[in-house]
Amino acid sequence: MASGATLKRRKLSYAKYGYIFILPFFLVYAVFQLYPLLYTFLISTERAVGKSKTDMEYVGMQNFSDILIGSGGRTAASLHAAFIQSFQNTLIIWIGNFIPQIILSLLLAVWFTDASLKIKGKGFFKVVMYMPNIITAASVSALFLSLFNQTDVGPVNSVLLSLGIVDNPVKFIDNATIKRGLICFIQCWMWFGNTMILLMSGILGINPSLFEAAEIDGANSTQTFFRITVPLLQPIFVFVVVTSMIGGLQMFDIPWLFNLGTTRDPDTKTIAVFIFERYSGQLKNYGISAAASILLFIVTGILGLIIFYLNRDKDEAALNKFRKSQAKNSLKGGLGI
Amino acid sequence: MKTANNTLRKNVKSTIVFIVCILLAIICLLPIYILIINATRDSISIQRGVSIIPSVHFFQNYKNLMAKRVFQPFIGFRNSFIIATSATVLSVFFSTLTAYGLIVYDFKFKGFAYSFILAVLMIPAQVSGVGFLSMMTKINLYDTFVPLIVPAIAAPATVFFMRQYMKSAFPLEIVEAARIDGSNEFRTFMTIGIPMVKPGIAVQCIFAFIFQWNNFFTPSMLIVSESKKTLPMMVRNLSSDRLATDYGIVYAGIALTIVPLVIVYIFLSKYIIAGVALGGVKE
Repeated sequence: MASGATLKRRKLSYAKYGYIFILPFFLVYAVFQLYPLLYTFLISTERAVGKSKTDMEYVGMQNFSDILIGSGGRTAASLHAAFIQSFQNTLIIWIGNFIPQIILSLLLAVWFTDASLKIKGKGFFKVVMYMPNIITAASVSALFLSLFNQTDVGPVNSVLLSLGIVDNPVKFIDNATIKRGLICFIQCWMWFGNTMILLMSGILGINPSLFEAAEIDGANSTQTFFRITVPLLQPIFVFVVVTSMIGGLQMFDIPWLFNLGTTRDPDTKTIAVFIFERYSGQLKNYGISAAASILLFIVTGILGLIIFYLNRDKDEAALNKFRKSQAKNSLKGGLGI
Repeated sequence: MKTANNTLRKNVKSTIVFIVCILLAIICLLPIYILIINATRDSISIQRGVSIIPSVHFFQNYKNLMAKRVFQPFIGFRNSFIIATSATVLSVFFSTLTAYGLIVYDFKFKGFAYSFILAVLMIPAQVSGVGFLSMMTKINLYDTFVPLIVPAIAAPATVFFMRQYMKSAFPLEIVEAARIDGSNEFRTFMTIGIPMVKPGIAVQCIFAFIFQWNNFFTPSMLIVSESKKTLPMMVRNLSSDRLATDYGIVYAGIALTIVPLVIVYIFLSKYIIAGVALGGVKE
């Protein structure tokens, strides 16, 4: 009895260190991330008055109705149009890079984890395919702008011209469709290696005896893929898709930088660009920027819940459930039910 | 007969897969290769067309680049290095501390604290940008390194990873043993906790450093002085009109920002790829 009490007291006295150890994280998080987020909520209900653009007045949900509905004058209508376009651009660029990326990564992941295939230099391929991911987006964008230079000096144009595929240099950057396509390509180029490694670790996590059993039962590789790999890969697949969606919604670097000069054409502005240029660019409009941020926050929040559910500690969740049911049972027992 | 057929099919498939891999590797490497080649060529030969053979003009291009003064890689390099190093050290140290606190101790709000960290894991920096910028301007931290370094102390993703890592690789008995030997809690963390999870710390340092080094978003909203710009911000000047006619020096400038990174990557690639794979292991 006495030893039980001391044990309890000792445990209690150590609890304080738990709080001390996690305090810096929560303090810094509250000051530099939580407060700015709440402040953004506040700004989303305000509008600048006068010329200074620093005095703000409360306008309620006006900013949200401006960007979402756009009725209420020409400014609101143009804001609405710009917002919708940036949303569409984000969607187009995300789908355009994600579909080829996931197909490529899944194929490679299946091949690289298939022990019956003899692929030479697997390690080398993995290293090379992940490499674009570590290069600074700003440098990547500058590099591709040089490679796809619009005059005959650009390496791509010069090859196309010398092979006689085109007669005049292609205006890669001036053409909205080609430019979007190039942004999709760059995003896919930078991220397929990362996705491939994630999927590979997912496949390697599948119990190998299942693959052996399938082989013994005479399943071919297509059957194995659809009946074993796909269903068991589902959690990590969802993880990859959802994190990529969240990443896609905040896509900023390449769309912002892949431009000649400082003008950005409306066809490649993403939501993150829409938000950024209204508080850090020339189009200062804090209220609208904050309102768009809040909308982005809500959408990412919903997607984040899926990840939250996947990341949650399965052992701990199961333990809690067990404890609860135990408590319930003992309660029932105590009451004699 | 059937087995022979199978082996043949496997061999054919292996060859096709190998060819696809070679093509993809070329797509990954070709842009970098052309960049390096063109960085060594002078503007006139670049204008004549593509080459796969390097030339000898790199140092000339480099000299011309320095003379133009629109791109100052050393200032950018220094600034990026100061920010990335300090932010990495703070981020990994405090994340390990937080994860240790969550693993070793039992306290009332432990479950809540961990759920909170998981919940904010996916909130992107973009959504609070307006508030962050306004706040930093108000407390006079605009155009300083402080808002680029200090917030790194709270890195939910790093805490998440370190907690997962400690859960599998950190025996709690050792903490109890240290207590019996009279070590205080913080000393136990410094002398036993940290050394025990060194491999996890190494992986997180690499990722935190790459993230900080490549970060373009936060510095570009906070930094305005030329002397404080980071390397990614300066690369922007390379595609500006002021350099547009001398192609050799544009390529040389871009190469200066990419090649060191690729060299470091080659040495660390084993750890990086293992780290990416670990990040995805979730049953």
